[in-house]
Amino acid sequence: MKNFIIRRVLLGIFIVFFGALIIYSIIRSLPTSYVEQIARQRASSPLSTKTYQEWLDQLNEVYRLNIGIIPGYFGWLGNAIRGDFGESWNFGVPVTQKFSEVVWYSVIINIVTFIVQMVISIPLGILAARKQYSKTDYAITVFALAGISLPTFFLATILKYVFSIKLGWFDLYGLTGRFYSSMTPWQQIWDIAYHMVLPIITLMMLSIGGLMRYTRTNMLEVLHSDYIRTARAKGLSEKVVINKHAFRNTLIPLVSYMSYLIPSMFGGVLITETLYQIPGIGYISYQAMIRGDIPFAMFYTTFLIILTQVSLLIADIMYAMVDPRVRAN
Amino acid sequence: MSDMNNIFPGQEPEVEVIEEVDEELHLDDARRVKSLSPGMLVFKRFIRNKLAVIGLAILVFMFTFSFLGPLLSPHSQTQVFTGLGSMYKDYAGAIYNEELRYTVSQDESFTNADRAQFLLALGKGEETFNVGDDIYYFTTLSDGTHRIMQLDPIAEELLGNVNPINGSTLPDGFVEAYETAKDQNEDSFVLNGVIYRITQRLKAKVISTEHNVAFATLKVYDPYNQEDEETIDSFAFRLAAEEAITENESTFSFNDQDYTLSYDEGQTTIIDNSGEEYAAVSNIIVNPLDQNEFLSVDYKSTIREAIRNNEEETIFTENGETVEYTINRVNQNYYIRRETPTELIRQYEMPSAEHPLGLDNNGMDVMTRLMFGGRISLLVGFVVVIIEVAIGVIIGGISGYFGGAVDTALMRFVDLFNSIPFYPVVIIFGSVMDTLEVDPMARIFLLMGVLGILGWTGVARVVRGQILSLREQDFMVAAEATGIRTSRRIFRHLVPNVMPLLIVSATAGLGGIIITEATLGFLGLGVKYPLASWGSIINVSSDAYVMTNFWFMWIPAGLLILLTVLGFNFVGDGLRDAFDPRMNR
Repeated sequence: MKNFIIRRVLLGIFIVFFGALIIYSIIRSLPTSYVEQIARQRASSPLSTKTYQEWLDQLNEVYRLNIGIIPGYFGWLGNAIRGDFGESWNFGVPVTQKFSEVVWYSVIINIVTFIVQMVISIPLGILAARKQYSKTDYAITVFALAGISLPTFFLATILKYVFSIKLGWFDLYGLTGRFYSSMTPWQQIWDIAYHMVLPIITLMMLSIGGLMRYTRTNMLEVLHSDYIRTARAKGLSEKVVINKHAFRNTLIPLVSYMSYLIPSMFGGVLITETLYQIPGIGYISYQAMIRGDIPFAMFYTTFLIILTQVSLLIADIMYAMVDPRVRAN
Repeated sequence: MSDMNNIFPGQEPEVEVIEEVDEELHLDDARRVKSLSPGMLVFKRFIRNKLAVIGLAILVFMFTFSFLGPLLSPHSQTQVFTGLGSMYKDYAGAIYNEELRYTVSQDESFTNADRAQFLLALGKGEETFNVGDDIYYFTTLSDGTHRIMQLDPIAEELLGNVNPINGSTLPDGFVEAYETAKDQNEDSFVLNGVIYRITQRLKAKVISTEHNVAFATLKVYDPYNQEDEETIDSFAFRLAAEEAITENESTFSFNDQDYTLSYDEGQTTIIDNSGEEYAAVSNIIVNPLDQNEFLSVDYKSTIREAIRNNEEETIFTENGETVEYTINRVNQNYYIRRETPTELIRQYEMPSAEHPLGLDNNGMDVMTRLMFGGRISLLVGFVVVIIEVAIGVIIGGISGYFGGAVDTALMRFVDLFNSIPFYPVVIIFGSVMDTLEVDPMARIFLLMGVLGILGWTGVARVVRGQILSLREQDFMVAAEATGIRTSRRIFRHLVPNVMPLLIVSATAGLGGIIITEATLGFLGLGVKYPLASWGSIINVSSDAYVMTNFWFMWIPAGLLILLTVLGFNFVGDGLRDAFDPRMNR
């Protein structure tokens, strides 16, 4: 187990190193006119205190565009390991500072979504598996597939159309209401929670289908296995068979599935946050990236790569924890 | 994907008992059992699945709609529909003239420098002004009308002596007349019908005759006939007319012609002796906004009257056409607007028989754009899947078939590729393409490439897993034992067995790619105007105004995406079940 974890961590480091290198190469291979254009744009901005040449020099220096890709990458990596990801062009503050300001909104939204999603989809998935080929099963399957097939932006737009425009229950955009600044702290928390309702519903409806089908498939596999037949044969009640024997075994793949959700939890849900203009990490990095904020893009992508590797590692460890067979090997 | 390895076990054709055993048939009778080909079996199982058939029907509809629809559609995707509408447009402008207009007498000149001095003197309330050695004198006929004359000195009085200057001869009684005027402190005197003016120059008094130079007035003369313009603009005519107007006379004569004056609100009309209107005089300037437009004097008169009366609307009939004008005052300016028939883009037109889903914000037919958009969306889906499968099969196949170090290396490469975050990279590409203003068509191909390159890892894994398990199976051992070539082993025996799985994962993947493409289009990073894709059509709904008021612009596109992706998922699901009956979905 120990060896396995060490191997896994080494692999993770390898992937992070080369993944960041690929991203760095992509950014470096962008046409130079792009960087020049950014420099010109920045220089002509009324807020800018630097000239075009100064911006260009700064870009070239910060990104070591004047030296080769590999030495440039090592320079960036050297700073990044020390926690220095540079200053965001778009927000004018250190990248890490901006990140820590906004990441918690994404985390809150994702944790709530995650809980709601599990509470709804796991029981439904089990139900569908137990009554395979029944009307309930068909209904759940169609519903799940519809959830998977729905584009985020269309669902979000429909929700906004119905709940914000037709019914007027929620605001169209944003995290805070108009009178946010004149509210007491408790009201402020309530206001933010209120504004998070629609994004959470959107995310939930989109992810519920996948988890439901996943639960159903695994449950079916378990229900068709021999030990369930044995359990039934020895006269256990259906409740015990499902809850004690089948459900526990269904949890094994579910645990690994859940750890894949970690990247989106901290990486933010780019599309949904952008649609509702929730200033979480997803929306903020979207803004940064479409404006060519290279330091932020570099940071964000590297962060996502690390997050993915960590989640894979956690998935493996969790797998070993819930399944004694894995531990034995 | 843990279930992928055992999805397709079957190379052994399944046997289905079609007919009941007949007494006449023997066990080895070929008619006894009817064996179906594996493909037929899959097909039979597939069509037994209701959801899959529904999905297939949806897809058939979508393909017909997207690929045949554009051929039948009477419109093209970039056709902008326009229509005649009426719009209030500025037609003319009017202002009270505040700038003096000069009419210079023949053979005289009144330069800008002279005008500046004149304005200075006017401002100070003086009656004379000098420009160099020239002395000018002016009289104010009425408010805003000035007659400017130049003085020609003929005599000078210094210490009581009157002496002629410039070689002029003084008429009889000149000195006496001057003394009288001087005693009475007058600044002019008349002798023999000639006016002499007395002006001060240093310590001397200068006596001069005068001659007309120019005429400065705030009034504007509009001739009824263009050929009269020259006469009307002549100094002499102006002088005669102005004098008559100042005196409020009803007639005056000029060049042996008699003219009648009629005074209206804001305007004086000069009528010639044949009773025809000759010119209009007013201090309100009316100009057409469009230089090519010609405004008749009658029209100007109507507008002037309306302005004088502070009216906001007026009606004018010309060539039997009655048009309503509104007069809008902004500070000193009056803007005259009228309803003008204009070629308008028929934006946001509600659905009609001609346009079943209305017109969008660019005046384009939504239905037609949905058809063309479907074409692009489906095409992007297919091309991307083909790219993914091509790369995936090659990498996965090599990895699975050769195994060992090659496998490990390639799989680490797959892990690496898999770790690259999808949306950030695509967004960076999109914004770079925006910055470089890539051609919309080229953009689609680049987009296909990027999506394909970022998405092949899943296929590679599936193929590798499948081949790893297949090559250990007995039929591969048998194939090897018969001594056939490696390439034949791969293409004849391994690849066909991977196909079902590939088809399943490609079908399911298509839905995902269509969603991705639509999302990018929605964010404005995918297919760009004027080309359409379903995602970019919905893009307009990010404008809350469109979203609220024009459902037909975005809901149909969204439903099409939803249905198509649903169709692909149903079919993919059905195919998986059909290929692998043991899984029971």
